[in-house]
Amino acid sequence: MDVLLDNLDLYGPFFWTTIKLFLISGVASLIFGTFLAGLRVSPVPVFRAVGATYVTLLRNTPLTLIFVFLVFAYPLLDILELSYFTAAVVSLTLYTSAFICEVVRSGINTVPVGQAEAARALGLTFTQILGQIVLPQAIRSVVPPLMSMLIALLKNTTIAAGFSVAEAGAIRQYLSERGDNQLIGLLWVALGFIILVAVLSLIQRALEKRWSVAR
Amino acid sequence: MSNVLFDIPGPKARARHRVLAGLGILAVAAVLAYIVYRFIDSGQFTARKWEWLQFAQVQRDLGNAVVATLEAFALGAVLALVFGAIFAAGRLSDHAWLRGISTFVVEFFRAIPLLILMFLFYYGGPALGISLPPFAAVVLGLTLYNGSVLAEVFRAGIQALPKGQSEAAYALGMGKTQVMTLVLIPQAIRSMLPTIISQLVVLLKDTALGFLVTYPELLYYARYIGSQGAFGRPIVPSTIVVAAIYIALCLLLTALANYLERRQRRSKKHVETERPQPTEDMVGVA
Repeated sequence: MDVLLDNLDLYGPFFWTTIKLFLISGVASLIFGTFLAGLRVSPVPVFRAVGATYVTLLRNTPLTLIFVFLVFAYPLLDILELSYFTAAVVSLTLYTSAFICEVVRSGINTVPVGQAEAARALGLTFTQILGQIVLPQAIRSVVPPLMSMLIALLKNTTIAAGFSVAEAGAIRQYLSERGDNQLIGLLWVALGFIILVAVLSLIQRALEKRWSVAR
Repeated sequence: MSNVLFDIPGPKARARHRVLAGLGILAVAAVLAYIVYRFIDSGQFTARKWEWLQFAQVQRDLGNAVVATLEAFALGAVLALVFGAIFAAGRLSDHAWLRGISTFVVEFFRAIPLLILMFLFYYGGPALGISLPPFAAVVLGLTLYNGSVLAEVFRAGIQALPKGQSEAAYALGMGKTQVMTLVLIPQAIRSMLPTIISQLVVLLKDTALGFLVTYPELLYYARYIGSQGAFGRPIVPSTIVVAAIYIALCLLLTALANYLERRQRRSKKHVETERPQPTEDMVGVA
């Protein structure tokens, strides 16, 4: 308990950074992932190929490698300067979107054919069908796996600790500088994550109940 | 499935799609061209940045780094499978206390980020007077996290089997152990094999976390060689090379999973079970 109480000035702000990282990259991944799913089901073959290539590449690359690239290699390219925090958000988003895309796409598959056919019969365009008819139903049906992806994202934020972002995973480093017990300190970090994951699971269950579509 | 969303294009739609495809190609090409331009402009394609690949010593070290990654993967995979089998059995046990303990262990290790687990073993160990080498910390972390996930996969596989399978076996007078080992597990493993291998892809990617606890694996080597002034600090080329190796290794495993799935669908012995929905564990932590 002492380790936690003595270092509340670390745990508070660092976990807050974790939550910020999670929220920003979560929203960004949902948007970008859905966009990628749109590419993957589009009538234009080139768009489908682009989406598929992106997903295959990113899903088979370790997230840590993306971090290494963005933090150590990318600055040499002299494009746009990213702070460590921004680089972490970009890495997490690029990686998580590939998985979100696949989940959304599997959700699109669960929407009955008749829905899109009826929409088409009404003369709606592809974008209208996708945006107004299919996606709203698709996303509702994949709320549980979508939330699971977000839980994974939350756990993945810890990797930013290795890349100079002061979030929960980095608490250990600061504790070691203060000479505190790292084992106990890490157990508190672990407990923090267990609580955060539990909260997300609760939200998941609530959304599931509220949003499930009767079919 | 995708033609649920749109009709087979007619002449007008085909023309429009061609225009869109052209624009799409232009946009992608523009982005790629800009990236390549930045690479060239910042000198990433100069011979000096790539010559390290020609050195025999570097090639040997790179090979060793791949081996180190595969070692952590292989040992982690075997131990995770064993751990998963034990705790899946525990969660399906008839004894409430055994179920309780197994559920707790599985849920506990799944909720903690893998990196924090590795930190616990690597940095936390000394507080208890146990100093683990990075390799042990990486393998232990991989085992506990992925083992817990695999325990759930095994359990889901057994529970997804038709009820008649175990009922018939019990009716024949088999005991619980016999029902499990002779009837349920062989079928469950068959139907779960693709999922199990996908999880191993995750485990392979997760070995890259070893980089953060100083285990000298592939990514660690990429960072090391990338910081060598003698080669002009080729961090961009080295991460590209290493990324290609990781992607190739993962795709090989994925191809194996797909092959098994296809073969299984043809097999008459296959019992059709419902695949569980994707979970966060398929994302992997690394």
